[in-house]
Amino acid sequence: MSEALFDKLGGEDAVNAAVDIFYRKVLADDRIARFFEGVDMGAQAAKQKAFLTMAFGGPNNYSGKDMREGHAHLVEKGLNDTHFDAVVENLGATLKELGVSDELIGEVAAIAETTRNDVLGK
Amino acid sequence: MPLIAINQNSYECEANETVLQCLERNDCAPPSSCRSGMCHTCMMRSIEGLPPPNSQSGLKESLQQRNYFLPCVCIPTNDMQLAYADDAAAPATEIRLIEKTLLSPSIIRLRFEATEPYEYRAGQFANLFRDEKLTRSYSIASVPNIDSYLEFHIEKIPNGEMSSWVFDELEIGHKINASEALGECYYSQQYADRNMLLVATGSGLAPIYGVLRDAIDKGHTGEIHLYHGASTRDKLYLVDELRDMANEYGNLHYIPTLTKEVLDGIEQGRANELALKKHSNLKDWRIYLCGHPEMVSSTKRKAFLAGAALNDILADPFEYAK
Repeated sequence: MSEALFDKLGGEDAVNAAVDIFYRKVLADDRIARFFEGVDMGAQAAKQKAFLTMAFGGPNNYSGKDMREGHAHLVEKGLNDTHFDAVVENLGATLKELGVSDELIGEVAAIAETTRNDVLGK
Repeated sequence: MPLIAINQNSYECEANETVLQCLERNDCAPPSSCRSGMCHTCMMRSIEGLPPPNSQSGLKESLQQRNYFLPCVCIPTNDMQLAYADDAAAPATEIRLIEKTLLSPSIIRLRFEATEPYEYRAGQFANLFRDEKLTRSYSIASVPNIDSYLEFHIEKIPNGEMSSWVFDELEIGHKINASEALGECYYSQQYADRNMLLVATGSGLAPIYGVLRDAIDKGHTGEIHLYHGASTRDKLYLVDELRDMANEYGNLHYIPTLTKEVLDGIEQGRANELALKKHSNLKDWRIYLCGHPEMVSSTKRKAFLAGAALNDILADPFEYAK
């Protein structure tokens, strides 16, 4: 957890501002939309919010085990590095839209990157 | 696998089994209805062992703090010692049937008077109990500020235990229990100037009708577009009442739709598809959806992609008993 980064981004307000934009980009992205089919949007939005909070360096209960178990059924459906890259790309585009500097976007992307192996079950 | 203990007995959960399924397997489950965490009928309390957070989602904070949880969506991660919910946690109000009217061949309107003050907001739902064993969730169609009664629209479901009883046996003067009002699908006056898109299928019109009358009563100034869909004309109801309202209030636009019949003055197609085609930019709109679960979930997603904020999309899908 990196409080300095979380504060620089604007804390929980920034997460709230980002979650709709981010989730809309993800759902509209043909490369990855199929992985979100049939999921409950409210529950999914709560997960996106938890993910963004973590990636923004905020307080979180991130557990590699949960990430692995939570994505195992998607890995079976073919979830791979290109899909992970697409999500990180959408995350960057979201922050850009909110006027975040490239430097901070890089820091967020680096934190998101630490989840790659767990998400993809490597 | 975690052990579930209740009344001196203890049962082992199978992989990916919910607490409710485990208790049902052992013939000691509480009554249940939606089985998806919405209706709160099966709520229980954990005396020992924390329930997973998702199984407490939607419960009042005071209940969460006392470790109440919903066994139908609880896949236990640790051993739990359970107790059935006591009456104070899930208060019920006795209501008496005062009117029963057929609105269409398959939809009946019930009006009840509560035997004690009953708090609710138009658009919420309540669980109605036929007896201790059978309960179903129904949306409330009345508006507390306007109506002195509680109104429900019940659709006849083929072989539906509850709806058959309502249609064939429930009589004026009969008393039944209603749970407290639940759900988030109600009107908020703070958004009085926003445009509203209301989409209902079948008896999903009940809460939407409540929200609509509440909005108009509270002086809503934004435009209100109501799409009500059914397969055939005999399944549409309140058509004349809604047309009259639309004539009276310039900001109300009422669009009845049919998928399997072509009739003058009624649009042809699915209500949600026609609505989204007409309104392709939903930024800052308030969206209310009620009816068939698949209609609700696909429209939620499409409305969101059309620019509506997640917090502005309100929906309580009907869950048919599985």
